[in-house]
Amino acid sequence: MTTAALRRPALNMSVGPYLAAGLVVLFLGAFLVVPVLKVIQVAFQDPATGGFTLVNFQDFFASTLFRQSFYNSVYVAGMSVVIASAIALPLAYFTTRFNFSGSVIIQTLAFVPLIMPPFIGAVAMQLLFGANGSVNLILRDYFGITIPFMKGLNGVIFVQSLHYFPFILINLSASLRNIDRSMEEAAQMLGSSGVRMFRRIVFPLAMPGYIAGASLVFVKVFDDLGTPLLLNVNTMLAPQAYLRISSVGISDPMGYVISCILIVFSIFAMWVSFLGMRGKDYSTTQKGGGGLSRRDLTRREAVLCYIVVLMILALVLAPHLGLLLLSFGTVWSFGVLPDGFTVEHYETALTSAWGFIQNTLLYAGLAGLIDIIIGTAIAYLVLRTNIIGRKWLDYMAVSALAVPGVVLGIGYLRVFYGVEMPVTGQPLATWWGIIVIALAVRRLPYALRSCTAALQQISPALEEAAENLGASKLRTVRRVVVPLMVSGLVAGFVTSFATAAVELSATIMLVASEKDAPLAYGLYLFMQSAAGRGPGAALGIMAVIIVGLATYLSHRLVENARHNQATTANQGGGH
Amino acid sequence: MSDIKRKPLRMLGLGVAFAALMTASPLHAADDKLVVVTSFPSDLTDVFKTAFMKENPSIAVEVVNKSTSSGVKYLIETAQNNQSDIFWASAPDAFEVLKGEGLLGSYSKEVEGIPADLNGYPINDPDGQYLGFALSGYGFMWNTRYMEAYNLPAPKEWDDLEDAVYHGHVGISSPSRSGTTHLTVETILQGEGWDEGWETLKAISGNAKTITERSFGVPDGVNSGSFGVGIVIDFFGFSSKASGFPVEFHYPSVTALVPANIGVVANAPNEGPAQKFIDFLLSEKGQALLFDPKIMRLPVNKSAYADAPEGLPNPFDGSIQTKVQFDSDMSEQRYNVVNALFDVIITYRLDDLRNATAAVHAAETALAGSGSGNAEAAKLIEEARALINALPVNAEEALDPDFNAIFTVRRKDADTKVEGRQAEVEQQWDAMVVENYRKATELAEQAKSLL
Repeated sequence: MTTAALRRPALNMSVGPYLAAGLVVLFLGAFLVVPVLKVIQVAFQDPATGGFTLVNFQDFFASTLFRQSFYNSVYVAGMSVVIASAIALPLAYFTTRFNFSGSVIIQTLAFVPLIMPPFIGAVAMQLLFGANGSVNLILRDYFGITIPFMKGLNGVIFVQSLHYFPFILINLSASLRNIDRSMEEAAQMLGSSGVRMFRRIVFPLAMPGYIAGASLVFVKVFDDLGTPLLLNVNTMLAPQAYLRISSVGISDPMGYVISCILIVFSIFAMWVSFLGMRGKDYSTTQKGGGGLSRRDLTRREAVLCYIVVLMILALVLAPHLGLLLLSFGTVWSFGVLPDGFTVEHYETALTSAWGFIQNTLLYAGLAGLIDIIIGTAIAYLVLRTNIIGRKWLDYMAVSALAVPGVVLGIGYLRVFYGVEMPVTGQPLATWWGIIVIALAVRRLPYALRSCTAALQQISPALEEAAENLGASKLRTVRRVVVPLMVSGLVAGFVTSFATAAVELSATIMLVASEKDAPLAYGLYLFMQSAAGRGPGAALGIMAVIIVGLATYLSHRLVENARHNQATTANQGGGH
Repeated sequence: MSDIKRKPLRMLGLGVAFAALMTASPLHAADDKLVVVTSFPSDLTDVFKTAFMKENPSIAVEVVNKSTSSGVKYLIETAQNNQSDIFWASAPDAFEVLKGEGLLGSYSKEVEGIPADLNGYPINDPDGQYLGFALSGYGFMWNTRYMEAYNLPAPKEWDDLEDAVYHGHVGISSPSRSGTTHLTVETILQGEGWDEGWETLKAISGNAKTITERSFGVPDGVNSGSFGVGIVIDFFGFSSKASGFPVEFHYPSVTALVPANIGVVANAPNEGPAQKFIDFLLSEKGQALLFDPKIMRLPVNKSAYADAPEGLPNPFDGSIQTKVQFDSDMSEQRYNVVNALFDVIITYRLDDLRNATAAVHAAETALAGSGSGNAEAAKLIEEARALINALPVNAEEALDPDFNAIFTVRRKDADTKVEGRQAEVEQQWDAMVVENYRKATELAEQAKSLL
């Protein structure tokens, strides 16, 4: 189905977009809308009679707890965007604006926070920043004070910003790289420079990337339940939905009502971000220039930049440092550091890790590919065609962010368990491919935002030119659009891939045998017992390193491509 | 030029294809297969899997690990085309749910050395649909370093945890999240009575630092030192200690021993191997495996205790006092009400409850320190306490099947009348307790200002 989506423009121009849209709708319909509706239809059922009703929604708004949860979720999501922007802006600016040694490494490291393995990441955070974590133990011993980093809504904002700022960083960096250098040169010639030029020229031109990242952070934080649960903050919407859906025996329709509200609000937030971009044209025609000119830093500036960058990196990578200590520590309990160090945990983890690692690379890699293919298709349909209801493709895909993983998992079991596989007769829901599809659907919004941002920066004039020269639609997309989108596509692939690699909530419902299980599931196995904490942390570190390496390689590919582009452009090549 | 530009994507594709090639699925050599769905950690399942496969080399055991609630949902959703043979988990209520759905088969062999009941609590399901394989008691574990640093005494009884010194140092899970916590809560409610039981629960929770979202969050928090004392099932304490963490475990006198269970899934594709696995688990040899330092659970087979490691109590010789005769019918009848009530008045309003509790503690300390005493202040404190303790549901109502039906979507029988919806009822409870906690805080502060 997905390969078919790629082939779409081969057909007649007027039919092509409709066919593509049809295939995307079919995919999202089968793997997102139908399974989710199967589960959340309870929200519209009268608990007593089973008939259709809206009374559950009335109950939602009548409840003080839910209204307060709603307000808290909006507040936390908004504040997280502000703090995440404060972290991401300098990193994106320094690494794309200046000749900064090790930019690639910074881009990679700053990306690592997204890869926070479930459960074990929470333990590491508590051990470092918790009320009795390393930082507070030191503060209490030396200064007699403690700072409640991890308490209440502020704790959620703190952790969420550290966790999700890479969304802004990745998309903003991709955008900055795509800015036409002539714009900047024009500004320089007119006498603008420094911060003023960044504020008035560079940042506005990179707006699509920033908005893509910021809206993603907002919606993701709004819908995220991992962090509130880790901090035991219950009075937010996503944890309320989760707690009500996943209890044994109780079938409270409110869990599904909240899921509906999360979906609707997420779509609303995306719509608002579209409004913000409407009527503005961010595309530039010249792409060969390779983005902003980079300048060398003076010695003092370089030192200053390094200090800022290192401080930010130290903060955002602290949880992973904690994880590293945990994986090498013997016992770490109520202490600044573990009691002793050992490599034993890695030995234990490695006995089972290899299969998990293979599965994870395969599943997350396939999911990432599916995501950028569908993401490009949707972005193209939304921005370049005028099919009726095209925006809804985008909204539909984005709504996946708001669907709790456990709802999607149950939906898949409900819809696909009765369907048998053609050859083996095994239920479709127990086939590993279904895990890939679940991951792809859950991570599609990430890739989609990156693809959309990338396409927004390409002038349609380039495609028109190609078509005027006789290229077919397919050829234009293949030879002009996709190559120009490449850094956005890689950004999208990397985000989908890395976050899919540590996904657990849908996976745990769908894993039917251990040999098909991905790494996050292996981690979950370890994190069920006291003795499993060390090996769990070791497995977590392996996950981070593998995903980090994959990210680094992707960045290298983009850098190389850019370099080649720039060289060919300088040689006067190109059409 | 465009070839060069497209390269990254192509290489990405190649990389993924390469990863795909590396993943080859191994073929099973064994003739028979056994699929076990369990909530137990691999530390436990691996021990049994290895030992069982050694005795039965022809059976390949496949363990599918899911949390108790996902496991139950998985079996319900997959019943139409069932591929699982055994369900293996702690909480009896999860088995009750499966039994209610008709998803359990039966196993009705008698095994020598396993008594029918322990202090009145039947070890096996009376209908023979699931069986106990290990006993668990409830109590508290604490982190010795933490207790030393904060200068806290080790608790002995539930009431001890109500003391002001423990404020902000206790961790507990919620009964709706954790089957084992549900049993703990029910044990306290049955041991002390509905009203007094909730008073104890609220007083302890008022001292809580956190209500964790899953059972294992409590031992995890104690092991890390996030909080000092946790209310846990015994093996969490024993296995944490055996793993080297500086923790201790203690049974209070109001506790109950409840079995952890196993059952054959209805229409199991591999019924024979499933029966064999249970035979093995309940045999003396299988039971002795529970003494593995990473497992540390109490066997149900009396004969296994001959090899028990030091420090592990034997419930059959009376070394664990169980004052409560656990009534599982009563527990089941009010199951949903207890869960919903706990979440509404404690979990979701923990901050309010904690503030009110702290205010009362402060006023009481001031009153005790004032020497002469102050009748008016004492009265205000008493009123504040009464407000905190007030319950929106009484003992009779909690057992009323019509009332309980509000909390389940699927009706047990068509005659059950349902008036009101869960959200509606919960909003009333919520409004009441939020107001009560607020007023209690106010009264306690007022009392303190008098002293």
